[in-house]
Amino acid sequence: MEIGSGLTIGLILGTVIGVAAMLIWVERRLLGLWQERLGPNRVGPLGLFQVVADMIKIFTKEDWTPPFADKFSFVLAPAIIMTVVLLSFAVIPFAPNIGIVDSNIGILFVLAMASIGAYSVMLGGLSSDNKYALLGSLRAAAQMVSYEVFMGISLLGVVALSGSFDLREIVHAQEDMWFVVPQFIGFVIFLIAGVAESHRLPFDIPEAEQEICAGYHTEYSGMKFGMFFVGEYLGLVLVSSLITVLFFGGWMGPAFLPPVVWFALKSGVFICFFILLRAAIPRPRYDQLMSYGWLFLLPLSLLNLLVTGALILMN
Amino acid sequence: MFKLIQDTLISQVVTLWNVFRHLFVKADTVEYPDQQPYMFPRWRGRIILSRDPDGEERCVACNLCAVACPVDCIALQKAETDDGRWYPEFFRINFSRCIMCGFCEEACPTHAIQLTPDFEMAEYKRQDMVWEKEDLLISGTGKYHDYNFYRVAGLAIAGKDKGEALNEDKPVDVRSLLP
Amino acid sequence: MTLLFYLAGAVAVISTLCVIVQTNIVHALIYLILSLLAVAVVFFSLGAPFAAVLEAIVYAGAIMVLFLFVIMMLNLGQHSRDQERSWLQARGWILPGTLAAVLLVQLLNVLLVIDHDFVPTEVGVLEVSALLFGPYVLAVELASILLLAGLVAAYHLAKK
Repeated sequence: MEIGSGLTIGLILGTVIGVAAMLIWVERRLLGLWQERLGPNRVGPLGLFQVVADMIKIFTKEDWTPPFADKFSFVLAPAIIMTVVLLSFAVIPFAPNIGIVDSNIGILFVLAMASIGAYSVMLGGLSSDNKYALLGSLRAAAQMVSYEVFMGISLLGVVALSGSFDLREIVHAQEDMWFVVPQFIGFVIFLIAGVAESHRLPFDIPEAEQEICAGYHTEYSGMKFGMFFVGEYLGLVLVSSLITVLFFGGWMGPAFLPPVVWFALKSGVFICFFILLRAAIPRPRYDQLMSYGWLFLLPLSLLNLLVTGALILMN
Repeated sequence: MFKLIQDTLISQVVTLWNVFRHLFVKADTVEYPDQQPYMFPRWRGRIILSRDPDGEERCVACNLCAVACPVDCIALQKAETDDGRWYPEFFRINFSRCIMCGFCEEACPTHAIQLTPDFEMAEYKRQDMVWEKEDLLISGTGKYHDYNFYRVAGLAIAGKDKGEALNEDKPVDVRSLLP
Repeated sequence: MTLLFYLAGAVAVISTLCVIVQTNIVHALIYLILSLLAVAVVFFSLGAPFAAVLEAIVYAGAIMVLFLFVIMMLNLGQHSRDQERSWLQARGWILPGTLAAVLLVQLLNVLLVIDHDFVPTEVGVLEVSALLFGPYVLAVELASILLLAGLVAAYHLAKK
């Protein structure tokens, strides 16, 4: 396989969407394990076909557009998040010979896509013409714009160490040492910001069920809801693979396994970690989230960048 | 500063670890249709009407159960046989209203109405949740095997006059002067 | 790359026109975002990927989000749409149309006079940074002071 060939693109697209769909089952089973339950185990062996059942359900559900909604934005919103997250996968190097594009602005491209992803949530909530949806998208807008800042700044330490925005170059720069060691603070901030960007628990404030129904996708049903749903899982996969690439050496590992398997294993660990976060940590209040970000994470990430730069200059 | 780190970082990591350890704990779930749970004999489930040891209906249609019922799901109509025994002409329980509280069982003076450990009463039609006397009556005595109301009660029926019940004295002749 | 440039340029021009004539303000904003993204693609095709990505992150990603944020709070309904429509009459187009035509003539003049043997060269992150912190460091510092002043002022206003 060569980088950027049609076959590679098709395989990556299929794998990524397949993994995102499987996560429906993985997440429910893992949550079950951690809560001393069993989770879905009826459909097929170990409940594996639950994914198929969910798919059939979501495809055949009535796809209803409320009469009071702004149709143009209402239909556009779920398409944006899917497109944007899938586009972000274009710059991720999965293995030495697997990938779609080696862009010299790889990280920036991912950040740009993440910032455009905010529109999906905002338009979805705004066009629904519903109080809960509006509240959810207001929260989402503030949360995503704020956490993008720390996400970008926490990455700059890695960029400074490797001297490139190209994700493949960054992986090659980690041959001696994974960046998680010199950039541990950057890693923690990126992890937190990543959870907030993909608005999963504990930072699922835009869609907090207990407070505001389902937040921005209150009015959505059928496949339009499904796209929000799969988009969230795709975001989870994206953040996990980004952490793997940026801080844990990407595909590198002992030679007894092929590189792409190492990549999948490392990303899988982070996906499980995100599910553990969902199982364990309660949701903070909205103002706590904002003040935690701006008053604690922002100074910390700036300090991290400053110290990293100073150390690089000293050597 | 230390308190902030304690609140935001350390306590969260401790929580994560504690939840992670549940991976190695056996699940509490009972896989119900495959694995039947043990039901205690005095569990309050489906209501039945029992018979006395002679095989007659215990219910004397006193309506106490219908009065005690907090959701008014019991309806019955009194009737009388030629020998003076009371019985319900119809006895109807609407199980879609019943809350299995057991008040009817406590109110019943004759141990006729009893609650059983059965709880699987799902139906496709709501009307099927209304049970008539034929559905409710069982052929046995339920939890109280020896009790027979007409043998201990003072009421006169055919074949048993006043004073002939168990542990009952002859009626006092109030017109006599003798003690 | 040339085809990409012209395509993106056309998208930018058309969507900007749509921003002007659109009466629904949310739709107008979506067209504006589309226009900014098209401009980003134009930058990219001219060999300035860094500028392209910054256009997407800063303008399309951050500033437009704040626009949308404000519009969410305003609760604009049919009334505002009618008002917009009443403003979009032929009479109102005369002066701006004339001024824009003058600008267009000047622009065409410039484009026709200058010899445009323009060969795009890649301007990467390194070149941009070297320029920003080399000859233009004073401008960068001034801009940062301006932003800091804005930040302090906003904090002061919001505190009351």
